[in-house]
Amino acid sequence: MTELKRSIERVIDDSELPKRLRERVRQTMIDREVDDKSVAEEIVQAVSAQYEANRVDPLEPVGTVSAQSIGEPGTQMTMNTFHYAGVAEIDVTQGLPRLIELVDARKKPDTPMMTVYLEDEFADDREKAHEVVWQIESTRILSLGDVSTNVADMRVTITLNEETLEERMIEPETVQERIESQLGVDASLDGTVIEFGPTQPSYRELLQLVEDLRDIVFKGIEDISRVVIRKEELDEGEEFVLYTEGSSFGDVLDIDGVDATRTITNDIHEIHKNLGIEAAREAIINETMETLEEQGLDDVNVRHLMLVADIMTNNGDISSIGRHGISGAKASVLARAAFEVTVNHLLDAAVHGEIDTLSGVTENVIVGKPIKLGTGDVDLRVGTADQ
Amino acid sequence: MVITQSPKEIDSIGFGLMNPEEYREMSATKIITADTYDDDGFPIDMGLMDPRLGVIDPGLECKTCGKHSGQCNGHFGHIELAAPVIHVGFTKLIRRLLRGTCRECSRLMLTEEERDEFREMLKTVRSLDQDVNDVTKAAIRQARKKDFCPFCGEKQYEISHEKPTTYYEIQNVLANDYPQLIAAAMQDEDDPTSPQELAEKTGIELARINEILGGTFRPAREARRSIERALDVDLTVEDMNKLMPSDIRDWFEDIPDEDIEVLGINAQNSRPEWMVLTVLPVPPVTARPSITLDNGQRSEDDLTHKLVDIIRINQRFMENREAGAPQLIIEDLWELLQYHVTTFMDNEISGTPPARHRSGRPLKTLSQRLKGKEGRFRGSLSGKRVNFSARTVISPDPTLSLNEVGVPDRVATEMTQTMHVNERNLDKAQRYVANGPERHPGANYVRRPDGRRLKVTEKNCEELSGKVEPGWEVNRHLIDGDIVLFNRQPSLHRMSIMAHEVVVMPYKTFRLNTVVCPPYNADFDGDEMNMHALQNEEARAEARVLMRVQEQILSPRFGRNIIGSIQDHISGSYLLTHPDPETGDPPRFNETQASDLLRGTSIDELPEPDGVEESEAYWTGRTIFSQLLPDDLSMEFISESGDTVVINDGQLIEGTIDSEATGEFGGEIVDKITKQYGTTRSRVFINEVSSLAIRSIMHFGFSIGIDDETVPPEAKERIAEAIENAYDQVERLIETYEQGDLESLPGRTVDETLEMKIMQALGRARDNAGDIAEDHLDESNPAVIMAESGARGSLLNLTQMAGCVGQQSVRGERINRGYEGRTLSHFKADDLGAGARGFVENSYTSGLTPKEFFFHAMGGREGLVDTAVRTSKSGYLQRRLINALSELETQYDGTVRDSRDNIVQFEFGEDGTSPMMVGSKEDFDVDVEHIADRIIEAEFDSDEEKRRFLGEVPQETNLSEHTERLRAAGVISDD
Repeated sequence: MTELKRSIERVIDDSELPKRLRERVRQTMIDREVDDKSVAEEIVQAVSAQYEANRVDPLEPVGTVSAQSIGEPGTQMTMNTFHYAGVAEIDVTQGLPRLIELVDARKKPDTPMMTVYLEDEFADDREKAHEVVWQIESTRILSLGDVSTNVADMRVTITLNEETLEERMIEPETVQERIESQLGVDASLDGTVIEFGPTQPSYRELLQLVEDLRDIVFKGIEDISRVVIRKEELDEGEEFVLYTEGSSFGDVLDIDGVDATRTITNDIHEIHKNLGIEAAREAIINETMETLEEQGLDDVNVRHLMLVADIMTNNGDISSIGRHGISGAKASVLARAAFEVTVNHLLDAAVHGEIDTLSGVTENVIVGKPIKLGTGDVDLRVGTADQ
Repeated sequence: MVITQSPKEIDSIGFGLMNPEEYREMSATKIITADTYDDDGFPIDMGLMDPRLGVIDPGLECKTCGKHSGQCNGHFGHIELAAPVIHVGFTKLIRRLLRGTCRECSRLMLTEEERDEFREMLKTVRSLDQDVNDVTKAAIRQARKKDFCPFCGEKQYEISHEKPTTYYEIQNVLANDYPQLIAAAMQDEDDPTSPQELAEKTGIELARINEILGGTFRPAREARRSIERALDVDLTVEDMNKLMPSDIRDWFEDIPDEDIEVLGINAQNSRPEWMVLTVLPVPPVTARPSITLDNGQRSEDDLTHKLVDIIRINQRFMENREAGAPQLIIEDLWELLQYHVTTFMDNEISGTPPARHRSGRPLKTLSQRLKGKEGRFRGSLSGKRVNFSARTVISPDPTLSLNEVGVPDRVATEMTQTMHVNERNLDKAQRYVANGPERHPGANYVRRPDGRRLKVTEKNCEELSGKVEPGWEVNRHLIDGDIVLFNRQPSLHRMSIMAHEVVVMPYKTFRLNTVVCPPYNADFDGDEMNMHALQNEEARAEARVLMRVQEQILSPRFGRNIIGSIQDHISGSYLLTHPDPETGDPPRFNETQASDLLRGTSIDELPEPDGVEESEAYWTGRTIFSQLLPDDLSMEFISESGDTVVINDGQLIEGTIDSEATGEFGGEIVDKITKQYGTTRSRVFINEVSSLAIRSIMHFGFSIGIDDETVPPEAKERIAEAIENAYDQVERLIETYEQGDLESLPGRTVDETLEMKIMQALGRARDNAGDIAEDHLDESNPAVIMAESGARGSLLNLTQMAGCVGQQSVRGERINRGYEGRTLSHFKADDLGAGARGFVENSYTSGLTPKEFFFHAMGGREGLVDTAVRTSKSGYLQRRLINALSELETQYDGTVRDSRDNIVQFEFGEDGTSPMMVGSKEDFDVDVEHIADRIIEAEFDSDEEKRRFLGEVPQETNLSEHTERLRAAGVISDD
């Protein structure tokens, strides 16, 4: 049978089921060749009943429930900060400290890290993948050659390693130019030997130059100190994946060969900056969920994490959970005072002549009124007998 | 004005600064003496304990309102300060205002355009509920840039603020060596100036010039400027001109209202000059009660002490000023007064020594009373102490239903419920009153219709019971079936407070069914729990419908059951349904045994026997277990012990019932029954499973002793061999390392690599030891049964008991602390071997060597520290989360909104399903196929069943278990 009777169609259309479910009911009825209207009605009724039973009740204090559902397993998490996530070579903050870091919406995570996926041939070819690595990993002088200081002549001598130069695709001239522009000195280049020194002979300045030299990034992204390349078995087959220590999402996305659709960072602010607030929300959900999973608490319902992520990103910006974020932005003076920095909130409220309209939860607990949540949000009136 | 009637409901609370005039008006009396009581112990008039400020001693009358202690809230008095002082709380704002307003005309130094801009910003910020202070700060920054007032043209000076309450104006004043400076400038080599010339240039008389040059006359500002101009010199030096509070007050008084509005300050409620105090309110005595010590001495409140200080200094200040004391002394006293008023309001100002009690303890003044966990806000307003609550130790009672709580009779006689007496309950009410306050179902108080409350005593109870009639109220004891709240701290989730039905019992502990331990996270090693008796019908109804234990079987955290069989229940049902390793069949029971197993359940008839053996009918454990299942339950899942459990139409066909089936935290059967058959059926099921399991474990007998973890000598040898092998491996690793041949892992140093490899080798050694031990422990070993069924313990625990305890670690590394290069003095320095770095090769049964024991204690200590740190951290995280999310609520339209009606989610969790009904991992969908199947095939046993399936019959939820007989009579709900 490919079509239902008009009357049955109407039964399905009249139900208050969501569209997707309605479609499934229709399909099932077609498959089962239902042509009795009363049977159709009963099926729709039973489906509606189950759908309704599984919905959240109106006036349910979902916020508190979600907060408890994340906070309670927090007591079972470890405090150990290090530990690797998947890759043994890179330490990542895990457990309770990471969870706290996430809800705090810290500007920089304790251990920033990126997982960089590659496109097309870059993902299959180790050589190609390495090209990307050199563009990402910051290359400093110590990995390019040996640095020696000649105190007698007040000169710094760098002997570049030709192999590494070639491997990392850096010309000795570039190194020379970088040094000249960054340190403001004249450097001489002879083959692979670069020499330079302070303009005025000064021992201190010489040492300072060496110090500064070490900080110069000749290639790659400054914030990324290390890149680990690994061959991984993914759904689409084997491919090379890069893990970075340090994060600079925007810069990495621009690099040729990087698959911008899959590459991620654990820095939610970078995601926000580069991909927008919805992506940041998604990142918060994923990061919190991963943190919980790592601790074997994978049974926590994602819906709770969604709610946390939603309230953190509600005003289009990432605000933290706590006095600098959501709790500090509450409308009620009493609620803010009851949370943290009590006295300052009261004094500020006085100066600004604030009026607390007692609409939230904490305020009403304080003044002893029923709170407007759950059963407190319902007004009941006893009807008259003739109704 | 005296408020005669308190308002019925608070609608809103406004905040503002207080006008000193208002203080004076509301003040009951002016306070002038620092003394509190006279020699006879009476409060001194116009002293700090003036009877007009309210009463604290019982029996006395308040001189202001005439009420007795308890009724009278107390009344404020006031102290007239001899000189104005700064309010510490506003020092930052005062600084800002000083910097942003003109020193001459007091106007905010912003042009009209700038003002408009900030007004606009203020409006946006307010409408977006953002911090107003950011705008204020920006406006002040803007105003501060101006060197001259745009209104009066006055030159502005830098304001410096010396914390906490001193302000200086940095002014350029005439230097003391001005004659020399002028003279030097006049003798300029290129262009000397004679006094006459100077007089001409400046227009000052020559005689004056000479006086100035002689240092006998200080030129005024105008004159100074003209001289400066004429000679092109700077005659000034920077000078810190202290701004006295009175100066600041005068300055602020002139700020026009519309100017401060630009700064976001509400001029109606909060004039800036009110931030400089001229009169100090004295809190009523009720806010600072004095306590009489045992020896009859009075001990005053910290606030009173502080007020005494203030009044003393205030008095001295006035006396000195009247006596015409030198300015220096006056200023000192002024500063002292400022200090006392400052510490009266906040005694934790940085940079100021806190005022101390005689004993050296810092005083707890106003701010300290409000702040922190025990402060007014968090300690007294957000959390309050309550009546009708009880706390005692808990102990287990498997005979109770999971909905019930055993309440000791002495608690039940203390907690009461109010009975409104009417014709129908008159008999009962009279009986309760007749029993008096001590015999159990008695009453403690009665209230007559005229509102008088009478205490029921042993003496008057008989007589009083005769008088009770409809219209009275009787406060009767708790009786069986009453609903109470039961709670265990820490209350981390909503299942930490659940409603139970009372069962009054002898002895002193609360009794609870062991299956409710998981939601409370309770055990019986001395845990105490709290009980709260509900005091009105609305609360009781809500508790019964929403909070009863059976309504909390499903946890919203992971959408599965949190209540289910635990520990021995699981071992019991495992023994009952697990096939015998030899025969491969589940155990069999004869009729007596079978009926005995089902004794605690509602099953009173055995089913058809499964067969006959030696002319005796037998039932298998699975058949017996099946009796507890709903008739039409069908499901299939993998059990914890690894076999497939098949249930068909309420019959357990195959598989072992263990933690995966009926356990806490997501037992498949419990979960399914709760979701499909409702909470009442689930409650019955859990109760019956636990009682069957206990009967079963009693039938089989179950114990554990040291012999159960002892492995035979050949196993011991093999374990020793395995460990020996590992030691060799470690030895080899160290050798390669020392020769420098060890290759490091990418991104790791050689040392790290060595550590990792050693850890791996030793970890494997322990696992091998565990495997060997396991081989020698047979399946009937109780520890194995517990581990396998998921009742308690794990294979790791078993490994450590029977095989080898393994590597001890601190901070995730092998133990490497202690002496230089070694952990204990028993080892050579830089010994990296297994034993020297905390590997415990013994098992718990074989016993640890002293060195091993020490390492084990190190590892154990780390665990303890970790727990301690974690509880505080996660507690704070939870508090923040709750605070941030507490206002979110689903609405009738399915959206999630906060109390300001901001939409946070359009549909909770993107699909609107309840987290309680759906496990997080399952992709929830309504099983349309299954529904269609059932309806098309019309497989319903009764009409009733079908109606329930169609959702026409609401689920029964709130019938008390205590009134089983009502159910028998066909009542299905208390509604």
